[in-house]
Amino acid sequence: MEKILEVKDLHISFHTFSGEVQAIRGVNFDLLKGETLAIVGESGSGKSVTTKALMRLLPESNSEIKAGEILFDGKDLAKLSDKAMQKLRGKEISMIFQDPMTSLNPTMKIGKQIIEPIVKHQKLSKSAAKKRAIEILELVGIANPEVRFEQYPHQFSGGMRQRVVIAIALACNPKVLIADEPTTALDVTIQAQILELMKDLQKKIDTSIIFITHDLGVVANVADRVAVMYGGKIVEIGTVDEIFYNPQHPYTWGLISSMPTLDSDDEELYAIPGTPPDLLHPPKGDAFAPRNAYAMKIDLEKQPPMYKVSDTHYAATWLLHPDAPKVEPPPAVKRRQREFLEMKEGN
Amino acid sequence: MAKYLTQRIIYMVVTLFLIASFTFFLMKIIPGTPFSNADKLSETQLSIMIDKYGLDDPVPVQYANYMMNLLKGDLGVSFQFNNVGVTDIIIKSLGPSATLGALAILFGTFFGIILGVVAALKQNTWVDYTSTFIAVLGKSIPSFVFAGLLQYYVAVKLGWFPVAFWRGPEYMVLPTIALAMFPLATASRFVRTEMIEVMESDYITLAKAKGASWFEIAFKHALRNALIPVITVLGPLVVSLMTGSLVIEKIFGIPGIGEQFVKSIQVNDYPVIMGTTLLFAGLFVAVILIVDLLYGVIDPRIRLAGGKK
Ligand SMILES: Nc1ncnc2c1ncn2[C@@H]1O[C@H](COP(=O)(O)OP(=O)(O)OP(=O)(O)O)[C@@H](O)[C@H]1O
Ligand SMILES: [Mg+2]
Repeated sequence: MEKILEVKDLHISFHTFSGEVQAIRGVNFDLLKGETLAIVGESGSGKSVTTKALMRLLPESNSEIKAGEILFDGKDLAKLSDKAMQKLRGKEISMIFQDPMTSLNPTMKIGKQIIEPIVKHQKLSKSAAKKRAIEILELVGIANPEVRFEQYPHQFSGGMRQRVVIAIALACNPKVLIADEPTTALDVTIQAQILELMKDLQKKIDTSIIFITHDLGVVANVADRVAVMYGGKIVEIGTVDEIFYNPQHPYTWGLISSMPTLDSDDEELYAIPGTPPDLLHPPKGDAFAPRNAYAMKIDLEKQPPMYKVSDTHYAATWLLHPDAPKVEPPPAVKRRQREFLEMKEGN
Repeated sequence: MAKYLTQRIIYMVVTLFLIASFTFFLMKIIPGTPFSNADKLSETQLSIMIDKYGLDDPVPVQYANYMMNLLKGDLGVSFQFNNVGVTDIIIKSLGPSATLGALAILFGTFFGIILGVVAALKQNTWVDYTSTFIAVLGKSIPSFVFAGLLQYYVAVKLGWFPVAFWRGPEYMVLPTIALAMFPLATASRFVRTEMIEVMESDYITLAKAKGASWFEIAFKHALRNALIPVITVLGPLVVSLMTGSLVIEKIFGIPGIGEQFVKSIQVNDYPVIMGTTLLFAGLFVAVILIVDLLYGVIDPRIRLAGGKK
């Protein structure tokens, strides 16, 4: 399939009072046309920074893209001028944020907020833009769009606001939509509705989505592929099936083990022990090693390369080195593998 | 809206009534009479005067009389000047003070807001540091120092504007600048802080993500939100400037209300004290109302809570 976006060896640092925070340390991934790529990983692993970098929304004052390329449409976004970047934002690449309560301008009418990118990028007249905005409002499932058009954000519920944010993001039919935890702040039923809406709209306008989430349950529901981030790197990437049912990296094992399942409500939920790495002084070896029950000596000394598991599946762990001892994944992961195989045979 | 306004105006009248009563009794506690400084009056002359103005009536009777007249819109007659109405005195001296105050507040807040916005957007650059420097000067140096400096350098040395008095537009420039430094500094600091906070909010990031330009982000999205808290500090500032700065009026020889007020207190000119106090109080409650209405104009969330529908 056609690649729409290619991120190569991206390094991003923040310059802070205590020193240089190496937030992103060599990230590589592609985004294919029409697919949904989920990025998962614990807080601070660099999900937001990576995706903000794609739109160059990182704070100018203290962030720096130290190395790497972001290839989109034959251009390297990491080096594009500010003017050219402005033309691209909201038109070719759009973004949806986590908290719909704070992502709309409280003193501007909803309609005006939707019209803005349309007038800007598609050069439509005010009235044509309004027509288009009302169409989009309808498309994202807002009743009485003509009335809603004239209202302010505080007159909308959280779920409704997120629909409006989605409408703004999709107003110009972008090629890439970045959704940074778009449902985390919503309650469960609304979450499901918003996810349905996004899937539905993705088909209609044929956009690629990068979907950031903490929730592996959501991943299984929306994504085609999954990238697992840890300590500013992608440690494993593969299709949803590969990540859920044949995970290779011990950190992915930890994530899957800590996922609640239907029959696990009595048991204590598993949590990965230890704390995230200090990115001010990143470790020499594998950043996950201190928390990794399967760590070997080399884990502390050298960073593992990306090993190929299949054409679509890669993982950065020394356990995949031909000389490494064979280890069994934890029981929770094996149980999933078993269930999956049974299901496949059943089909 | 009409209902809300009526309600607010009723509250304002009640407030003014209470302030009038309170001031009236407070004033009676000040020792002396309006005529204590007039040494040349004999005992009998003094008692005739006191009798004429009803100053020997029991205080509650005086109070009732005053309030009755006030209801009719009659503020009484000044003791200082022969038979000049308090209303006339106030109107005459309020004109220059209000003009000066209004000019200073317009000039000060306008440039203060611009300075604050620019400082916030160019945070930690020389632009920001310069703006901070101006703000610190404006807040810490009293207005009479500016007045003196302006008079010496701009008026005497350069001869660009008159040194003093109040005889036409060119006379207004220097006192306005001297008086505007404080509101300019106050507004610029508040706007800067608010702008920086607003610029970090999610909806500004979203505006950027929509492809908005630097200018659109600053002035279409951020400024309006940054101004909401600023209005609160500007309200009281407006009142203090509207009623003029006594010192500035003195330095530039402007016949304003501040000077009038102090003189009236010194000589126990009860009707003028009362009238001026009521005027200040009236301006104050009016500004509070205007500030609240202004909130509604700027912030749609408050517009509804105010009971528009
Ligand atoms: N403006 C900044 N200044 C300094 N460090 C920053 C800044 N923004 C992010 N970081 C650092 O970059 C790292 C990655 O942060 P990021 O926000 O990408 O995490 P995340 O994976 O999105 O986490 P979460 O799930 O909590 O959203 C963190 O260590 C964070 O401290
Ligand atoms: Mg994040």
